Order: sequence, then C-alpha cells, then structure tokens
Amino acid sequence: MHGPAYVPKTNFTRWLDKRLPIIRFVNDTITTYPTPRNLNFWYTFGGILTFMLGVQIVTGIVLAMHYVPNANLAFDSVENITRDVNYGWLLRFLHADGASMFFLAVYIHMFRGLYYGSYKEPRELLWILGVIIYILMMATAFFGYVLPWGQMSFWGATVITNLFSSIDQIVPHAGTAITTWLWGDFAVGDPTLNRFFSLHYLLPFIIAGVVGLHIWALHVPGNNNPLGIDVKGPQDTVPFHPYYTAKDSFYLCLFVLVYAIIVFYRPDFFGNPDNYIPANPLVTPTDIVPEWYLLPFYAMLRSVPQKLIGVLVLFGALATLFFVPWLDTSKVRSCRFRPLMKQFFWIFALDCVLLGYVGSQTADAAWHLGGFDLPLVWLARLGTIYYYAFFWVILPFVGLIERPKSLPQTIAQAVLGAGRSQPAPAE
Amino acid sequence: MAEITAPEPTRRDFLYVATGAVTAVGAVFAAWPFIDQMNPTGGVLAMASIEQDISAIQPGQQVVFKWRGHPLFVRRRTPKEIAEADNVSVDSLPDPLARNANLPDDAPATDKNRATKAEWLILVGVCTHLGCTPTAFEGEYGGWLCHCHGSQYDTAGRIRKGPAPQNLAVPVYTFLNPTRIRVG
Amino acid sequence: MRFILPLGLALGFGISAAAFAADATQSTAPQAPKDVQWSFEGPFGVYDQAELQRGFQVYKEVCSACHNLSHVAFHALSEPGGPGFTDAQMKAIAASYKIPAGPNDKGDTVDANGNPLMRPGTPADYFPGPFPNEEAARAANNGALPPDLSMIVKARAGGPQYVYSIITGFHEKPPAWFHVMANKYYNPYFDGWNISMPPPLTDGQVTFADGSPNKVADEAHDVVAFLAWASDPTMDERKRTGFVVVAFLLLLSGLLYLSYRRVWKDKH
Repeated sequence: MHGPAYVPKTNFTRWLDKRLPIIRFVNDTITTYPTPRNLNFWYTFGGILTFMLGVQIVTGIVLAMHYVPNANLAFDSVENITRDVNYGWLLRFLHADGASMFFLAVYIHMFRGLYYGSYKEPRELLWILGVIIYILMMATAFFGYVLPWGQMSFWGATVITNLFSSIDQIVPHAGTAITTWLWGDFAVGDPTLNRFFSLHYLLPFIIAGVVGLHIWALHVPGNNNPLGIDVKGPQDTVPFHPYYTAKDSFYLCLFVLVYAIIVFYRPDFFGNPDNYIPANPLVTPTDIVPEWYLLPFYAMLRSVPQKLIGVLVLFGALATLFFVPWLDTSKVRSCRFRPLMKQFFWIFALDCVLLGYVGSQTADAAWHLGGFDLPLVWLARLGTIYYYAFFWVILPFVGLIERPKSLPQTIAQAVLGAGRSQPAPAE
Repeated sequence: MAEITAPEPTRRDFLYVATGAVTAVGAVFAAWPFIDQMNPTGGVLAMASIEQDISAIQPGQQVVFKWRGHPLFVRRRTPKEIAEADNVSVDSLPDPLARNANLPDDAPATDKNRATKAEWLILVGVCTHLGCTPTAFEGEYGGWLCHCHGSQYDTAGRIRKGPAPQNLAVPVYTFLNPTRIRVG
Repeated sequence: MRFILPLGLALGFGISAAAFAADATQSTAPQAPKDVQWSFEGPFGVYDQAELQRGFQVYKEVCSACHNLSHVAFHALSEPGGPGFTDAQMKAIAASYKIPAGPNDKGDTVDANGNPLMRPGTPADYFPGPFPNEEAARAANNGALPPDLSMIVKARAGGPQYVYSIITGFHEKPPAWFHVMANKYYNPYFDGWNISMPPPLTDGQVTFADGSPNKVADEAHDVVAFLAWASDPTMDERKRTGFVVVAFLLLLSGLLYLSYRRVWKDKH
C-alpha cells in the first residue's frame, strides 16, 4: 500500500534521497501510509507494543549495568539496584512490571487479530510472524524471571527446564541429557543463570528484528480493519500521520498511565512474595506458580496426568496458533458479521481466563458446589479440550455452515453512511 | 484539508505546540533516571570519606591507602625532604599552583601550602598526566617518578620534569587528632 | 485468592474465593492476619520517622539476637524516607557494630586471644548477623533458621499485617485437638500453627526515649513499621515521584485527547 510519493524539496534532501532514501522510507511507512479510516481502540495496541519493547530494551540495558549474573551475587545485586542505585527501584519496577504490561498488550493484540480475522488471506505471514514474536517473548520473559534468583526464579527454572526431561519417554536418557545440557550442571545452578542472562539479553534484539518483519508484512497488504473488508480506494483510508499518530499517542498515554500507577503504587502487584526469598535448592515453595501470562498453558500442562503428553499438549497449544490462517474456512474476516463465530470467540476468551484461573490455584484445589466437589483439574481438562476444539474443529466447521451477515460495500460507506463516499465537508 | 476546515488556526496550532512541548518536557524528565543511574550509588557515596590511623608511619616512610578507588599517599617526610621542598622558588615551578583542595584555587605552590602540617604530605596518587600511579622515592627530585611517561615529582609532590601538567592533587582532609586523619 | 490476577480472572465467573476455601475442621491453615492500620498505607501514606526509630530500637534490642538484617546498610538509616537519624547518629550506630576485619597484614584472622579480628562498622557496611553462618544459626535455635528480616515484609503474603500477626499471635489457647510440638510454640497465624520462634516481645520490654507506650502491641507495631521500611526503603520517594508522574500523564492525556479530536474533526 502506498500513499502519495515523497518529493524531496531541498538540495540536501534530493542529495540524500539518491544515496540513502531514509526520509522516503519514513514517509512511505509512517507519514503517508494509507490506513483504513475505521480502526478502533483495539488497533492501538500495535503501537503500544512497539513502545513497550523499547521500554523493556532500554530499562534492561541499564539494569544490566548493575546486575551480576552469578548465583552467589544475583539476588544481592538486584536488592542493591532497588535500594542503592540512583532510581534503581524505578528501573527495576519499570522492567519487571513492564513485562506484565507487555503481555497484557500482546494478549489484547492477539485476541483483536482473532476477532477481526486479521490472520486471514493475505495476512497469513503477518500472523505467523506475530506468533513467533509471542513465543520469543515467552522465552525472554522466562529467562528474565530467573535472573533475580529468588525462590520462584529458581523453582520456575527447574520446572520449565524439566519439561524437556519428558523426552526420556520417547528416547531413553535423551531428555535427561538435554536438561543437563541446558543447565550446564546436574541441577539449575550458576552456569544456568549465566546462560539465561546471556539469552535474556540477546532475545529482545531478535524480537526487534522479527517486529521489523511483522511491520513490513503489515505494510504490504495494509491494515485489516474492524469490518474485515478490503480497502477499495483512497476514500477508505487516511494517512497514518497525523490521524493514527494522534490516536495512538492518546491511547498510549492512557496505557502508560495505568503502567505508571502500577509501577509507583503497586510495584509488586504482578510479583510473588516468594521471589523476595533467595533461591534455595533444598526447599521448594509450597505453591509454585508461573507469572500470570503463562498460567493458561500451565493449567493445560497440569490437566494431563501423563508427563510426556502433558508437555505435548502444552507445546501443541502454541504450535496450533501457526495453523490458524488455514484452519479458518470462512470467507468473511470480521466476527462482526459472523454471528455464530462471535459466540464461540467469546467462549474462547473466557476459556483462556478460566484456564488462567485454574493455573493460579494449587494442583489439588476444588470447587465445593453444594455437596459435590469439582476438582479444578477437571475444569482445566474441559478448558484444554475447548482450546483445541476451538482451533481444530470450530474454526473450520463454523466457517462452512455459518451464514455471515451482509458486508458493507466500502469502509467509507460504513463510516460515513450510505450514499456518501466522499469525506464530509466542513460544517 | 485540515488547514481549510479549521476555524481558528492559531488556537489549533497552539494545541499541537502545547501537546508537543509537554511531551518533550516529559521525555527530558523521563531520561534523567536513565542517566542518573550511572552516578555513584548510595553505598559508594558512603565510602567517599574514610578515616585512617597514621600513628604507625615512620619518618621517611610512605603508606598507600585506597580512597575513592584511587591510591592515597600518606608520606611522613624527613626534615631533609621538607627543607629540599621548601628551598624551591615557586616561580621556577612548571605548575605554580598549590592544587590543594583545602585551600583557594589560586594558592601558590609553596611547601607550606602543599603540606599544612609540614611532616605529613597527603596526596592523591594519580599522575596528572594520564592517571598512572607514580612510584615513591624515585626520580631526580627524590619525590615520585611516574613510570608510564617519566613525569618526576619533588618531595612536595610538585611536578618538576616530564609531561604531567599539574602537581599531584592534595585531597580534602582533616586531622581528627594527631594520629588520625579523615580524608574526603 | 492467593494470586491476584490482573485480568480479574475470578471476576468473570462470579466466584468468591471464600466459597471454595478448604474445609475448616481440624485444619491448621493459617488464620487471616489481623487488620492493623499503618501510616504508610495508601497512595499518600509515608513512614512515621519516630516510629521507625522506635522500631529500630526494638529490632536492635530484641530481634537482632537471632535475625539478620543483611540487605540494610548503615548509611540507609540517615537517608531521606527512612528513620531520619542524623549523620552523626548513623555513624555512631554503625561504629557500635563489630564487622569481621581479618586477615590483617600478617595474615592473621584472630587476635592474640584467639578472637576473630573485628573493626567498628562504617556507613558503607551492612548490618552484621548474629551468627557466622546458617549452620550456627540452626544450632542455636533447635534446628530452625531465623529468617533474614531485611525483606520479610515483602517476602510474606499479607505483608506488614502478617508479620504483625505473627509477632503478636502467641498466647492464644490452641484447640484441644491440636498438638504443640516439642520446642515449638502455638501461633495460629503461622502455616501449620507450630512456630519455632518463642514469643519475642513482652510488655515493657523496650523502653523508648520518647516515652511512647511499650505494650507488646506497640512494640510490635513499631518494629513492623521499621521492617516495612527495611523491605521497601524507597517507598516515600516512589510515591512522591508517582504523584508527579501521574499528574503529568493526566495532563498529557488531556492534551493528546484534544489533539486527537481536533485532528479527526473532519474525518468522522
């Protein structure tokens, strides 16, 4: 998608444009980039995510100036950052709470993509690159959570790396060999912490690279929109700047406001008290819980009583996301015009929340309903089944049987009302 | 298009300029924590001042302490060394200023201004050329010789020969009692 | 609910954690902590300097016999947002502690009498612990390890309320079915109800220079306030900065909203 071509006006910009057309690039990708005029609030999270990636990288780089990746010193160095480094408390909480805010935004972004069918032709690669970013984010967050070397750090690392030991059930000893290789020791220890720090520093830059590809893959077909119909002409779009720079900035500011309230007034809101206890390889905390953004997958893992299958269910849930563009058979993108799919979508959203809730509870927790105990693990099983069914059964079949509502002709028509395809004149 | 339809161009411009200005101010303030975090921490500042017992130092001897990450020379000078340093005309020195943090910046480099208590010479052991640590009791003037680039200091720590531009610095110090100093 | 989830996970289901709490009969699950008021609660709450100084006295005279405070440096005692000791008071407190100093220039780690070489503390030092290592601490406490107190308020769910309840939660009569183990004490606020710590405070145990009341409840309140500060010494600065940041962001949101409406004026 291209807007009006860039015309250099001065001698210098003409000189530059022949050698390094960087102003042209910015002009085409940001300034004049034609954007559907009907993008709503939910479309502002792409910009918010870019901002959060920047915040995480910048705060991470300065924290690394003070952090010591050594099993004997890591915990103390994090405390030193919080207590003694100038504004260290701010940098640390910005980074730790920033991870949660980042995931909050990415989940909204992903559910938005699901709802409006943004993964459908011609945006399949855009979606797949997004899934890759999401998986890289989870890896980065996991490595980062290990670094403070508190009890949750240590035992979280132990549990997650032990997922790979399930390979023992396919190839004897191979899983154990892999975990030993991951640890560089016979348990999570100093070598593990060092390599996790290295990877935690590396991955964000890889994420930034994939984000570049993600944005590139967005700009070729252009944005999807809440109507899910293609842009038919210039009357359907507005230049990205100033229209969406203004809109995105406003919602970004609101997002930062929420972020700031958490950082300054509830910095440990997303945290776990156990992580203020130094790592102790001899004592496991009574309740091991991952960070909230991993809870749905944790619930799926625990819902399966067999180790290897549990791990496969966990990784399968992520792998499933790669196939979404081809699982959806509907001709219509947006759930706005898919009355049946819309309901399944909201059940799916609730299902993820339910799985997250179950993941936060102890493994043996139960609901007492009258005289009847409902073990939460059964809820997790139901939730896991629905998760898989949503993608592998509902998405293909509903597309075949559903009768979508009729779509508007153009975006401009839908926005401005029938018969007015030109922008409204000034009042 | 927007230019044509806006009823009050000046007020609209003012709104955009104000928004941009407030954002810029916020960005500047937000940058400060990222800069200030590189400054010394509370723990480092707590060590910025040290107290040392110097009763064991004999005349003609130098003891090196660590202060703010640098060597701190505490030299108990012999009467001969004091006399040598005192007999030099300030005008003949490459650096005629005392470089004593306890005195005004323009104090002349007399021996009295270098060592308030003549017996005790207290110096930051950092060559004023490029930061190496000079070696005591070496060089033509019996003070210090910096092996990096050959700067020579006399028994008052004043530069006499070589590339160093200034006398060795005298830090802020006080005698808490005759045998105990606080530096910094 | 033990883990508050930002998405309001439970909310969507209209469930309340209480309805699903474990069966109460013969359970040794901890009682809900006492609801105590603190000066540092809420977005504008700050530490009460006088209380922190009294709490420090309680820590020093009572708790420090068994508990570390290993992440608190002496210089923090005189920094803003803390107990507000003067520099001279802070240095005197630091100097009153002995810090291991060996080996000396002869390579010795002990003096002529075989005692470890010690030097007075300086502002840059951290509070030394009462025991040389974990094993010694356990040996002196019937095998139990007194936890480090520098993060205790942050490291326990329930925070200051929990720590206060533990300190003041002795002397209640256990139910007939409950067995208090050897060398343990009954404390219903502690998970399992058997706690290794003996009741630490008694009425009038610490005499405050300012004549403040010194019943167990007062001493406990003061020392928990001090420990809350020890866990979170930058809270005052954090809340103050936060107020400015939030006010700024509200102003900026307002301006950005007006700009956004203005830009889009002719497009809706």
